[in-house]
Amino acid sequence: MTIAVLFFIIFFILKKGLPVLSFKFLTTNPGEMGKTGGIFSTIIGTIALTVTAVLIAAPLGIGSAIYLTEYTRENWVTRVIRFGAECLAGIPSIIFGLFGFILFVTKLKFGWSILSGSLTLAFMILPTLIRTSEEAIRAVPYVYREVSYSLGSTKWQTVTKVVLPSAMPGIVTGIILSVGRSIGETASVIFTAGSALRLPTSIFSSSRTMSVHFYILAREGISMSNAYGTAAILILAILAVNLVTYAIMHRFMRKYC
Amino acid sequence: MPSVAIRAQDFSHYFGTKQTLKKINLDVAENKILGIIGPAGSGKSTFLRALNRLNDLVPDSRVEGTLLVEGVDVYSADTSVAELRRRLGMVFAIPVPLPRSIYENVAFGARMAGLKDKSALTEIVIDSLKKTALWEEVSDRLHSSALKLSGGQQQRLCIARTLALKPRFILLDEPTSGLDPISTMKIEETLRQLKKDYTIILVTNNTKQAARVADRTAFFLNGDLIEVDETVRVFSAPSDQRTNDYISGRFG
Amino acid sequence: MTRLERKESLIRIALLVVAFSAVSVLVVITVFIIEEGTPIMVKYGFKKFLFNLDWFPSEESYGLLPMVIGSIMVTFGALVIGVPFGLACAVFLTEFSSKRLRRVIKPMIELLAGIPSVVYGFMGVVILVPFIRETLGGPGLSVLASSIILGIMILPTIISISVDSLEAVPPAYREGSIALGATRWQTTRMVMFPAARSGIIASIILGMGRAIGETMAVIMIAGNAIAIPRSLLDPVRTLTSNIALEMAYASGEHRQALFATGVILFVIIMILNTIANVTSKRRKA
Repeated sequence: MTIAVLFFIIFFILKKGLPVLSFKFLTTNPGEMGKTGGIFSTIIGTIALTVTAVLIAAPLGIGSAIYLTEYTRENWVTRVIRFGAECLAGIPSIIFGLFGFILFVTKLKFGWSILSGSLTLAFMILPTLIRTSEEAIRAVPYVYREVSYSLGSTKWQTVTKVVLPSAMPGIVTGIILSVGRSIGETASVIFTAGSALRLPTSIFSSSRTMSVHFYILAREGISMSNAYGTAAILILAILAVNLVTYAIMHRFMRKYC
Repeated sequence: MPSVAIRAQDFSHYFGTKQTLKKINLDVAENKILGIIGPAGSGKSTFLRALNRLNDLVPDSRVEGTLLVEGVDVYSADTSVAELRRRLGMVFAIPVPLPRSIYENVAFGARMAGLKDKSALTEIVIDSLKKTALWEEVSDRLHSSALKLSGGQQQRLCIARTLALKPRFILLDEPTSGLDPISTMKIEETLRQLKKDYTIILVTNNTKQAARVADRTAFFLNGDLIEVDETVRVFSAPSDQRTNDYISGRFG
Repeated sequence: MTRLERKESLIRIALLVVAFSAVSVLVVITVFIIEEGTPIMVKYGFKKFLFNLDWFPSEESYGLLPMVIGSIMVTFGALVIGVPFGLACAVFLTEFSSKRLRRVIKPMIELLAGIPSVVYGFMGVVILVPFIRETLGGPGLSVLASSIILGIMILPTIISISVDSLEAVPPAYREGSIALGATRWQTTRMVMFPAARSGIIASIILGMGRAIGETMAVIMIAGNAIAIPRSLLDPVRTLTSNIALEMAYASGEHRQALFATGVILFVIIMILNTIANVTSKRRKA
């Protein structure tokens, strides 16, 4: 049943969207508010926003996970951190949008920009990154740590040279999942990155992502065929992200289980 | 009489409230092999791990008394733990090569100590592999994964990795428990060779192994050191009835 | 202390600071949303704000009741649709399917969770809405359409957490029950469900949180009229859509009122999260 829904959605979007796709569609900028032309600038916008968000959130997420697993025992500090992360994970994206708008766009005067958008997105994906990295790090056999210490390494050396390399597949999986979420995110991005159709030139330019573009096309009925095309690209991107994640997980499991 | 390399004086160890070592008094002589035997849970591994402070990794671990390695207090506040662990190399029960190449496994300790010079590293790697008689077997695939070696080769790699630290001591925690007799034999032969340059402590639950390899043998039971003496004497005329029971296989 | 040890303790402190990033973000968000949203609630009167029927920002009349009711109806509708299907799916996956099938289906369910909400909304617009309009009448953009789409959207949440908690039930329970002569279904109903109850409840609450918080899909299919719907086929506006629809042009008090909407949403979500958190904690204990 669930699978049927899934296949129906994917099949439907791809059937309607794939005919629209062409090399030209992918590489020209939208014209007349998206009625004509392609989606080039929105692809660039999506990539810029996602990459920046991951660059901000990944060090925070992985660092938190390292602290939780290697540097402390279960106590009230870890409970507070975990509770915070769980709550953050449950906050709806529209609230992140409001928050990003008030803090980054207006208070810090970043305006509608890739910077505001990616900071907001970074906060949204932070809980996922913490959780997946923590699981990956915990899965590293304890004896590796013992061996590393017995060979005279310090804690930080053990973490960076032994634990993190072994946990990398799991951590990468978490990062890819967050990329998927960033690509699909609309509600928070529209209020923080804005919806300019120009090609962004710096992290301070406003930019429209694919999902925002798709939303505007569909909602305002600007061009149904371009909407389908954009949706098809979105779906393909998400599919690719999931497949890559699955492949990595699979290799990881075969290697260690 | 050879000089004393390690001396434990009324040394006790606790995990939380549980006392795992009870006032141990033990001297280890330089360039000899000390075998430690005893049933599971007797504290023999705990003693070994107390020497290089690996027990510190476990929360609630606590010690009393003194433990001197070459006259220096292991648990004094200004002992550098990393340096201590380099001086007392350790080999574990199951071979645990890190998921890296053979070369990187052996070079690991030296790299962590800050050695960067390529030719010096290579020299250490080759030298250590030669000492464990592994060099002939792996010289053509130093950069392939260490996980591809056989169990016995992996364990000798782990010993080589320890030797690369240029330690003064080698601590072995049941190093052959997962190996077949032929691999075991090779490792025992390696240990006899290494005795010339290192002081070795061999924890084993195979009493015959202690009889074959060790110069002196200590018997641990429930955290107590029951007796320690020349291996020949322990195995032929033990002074304690419990030792006799254990080595003749009545328990443990 | 040696240089190396000093470096180690610096790293420890740096990591502790980093580890508090999630908590601090949470605190900052809470502070900002409340700071922006509460003045208008105080000024306009909390009671009036929450229970007044009229939302005419141009006339400084801010009554959220239609949206509150809208959110509740849509969320409840989503649960009515999502929970039975989700639980059935979870039971099927854990009790009546092979390990291999499960290995194929689980990633697919995760994929379903990964599809952007705008795509769900779009599917609602092009397929579900016209279908409802033609078969059941009304404008099509309705409580019903939103409930169905949201119901589908919360399926992955419900399924994956329920599956986890059903799998966590010790196999001895199931074997014991079957050994006593219970059928598969009796075992599921009388033994497995009670044993996994808190996990299942947590999954429903989290699904609920997702439904309340969902924005883009709902905007596209709910119709967004500011009135309390009288039937399932009437259009409806939720708290989230209220924010998203007017944020673009709101300013001054109007904008503050939208933040106040956010505060109410935020409080509801936090309550749900805490409940879910406490129930799943109890499971572990």
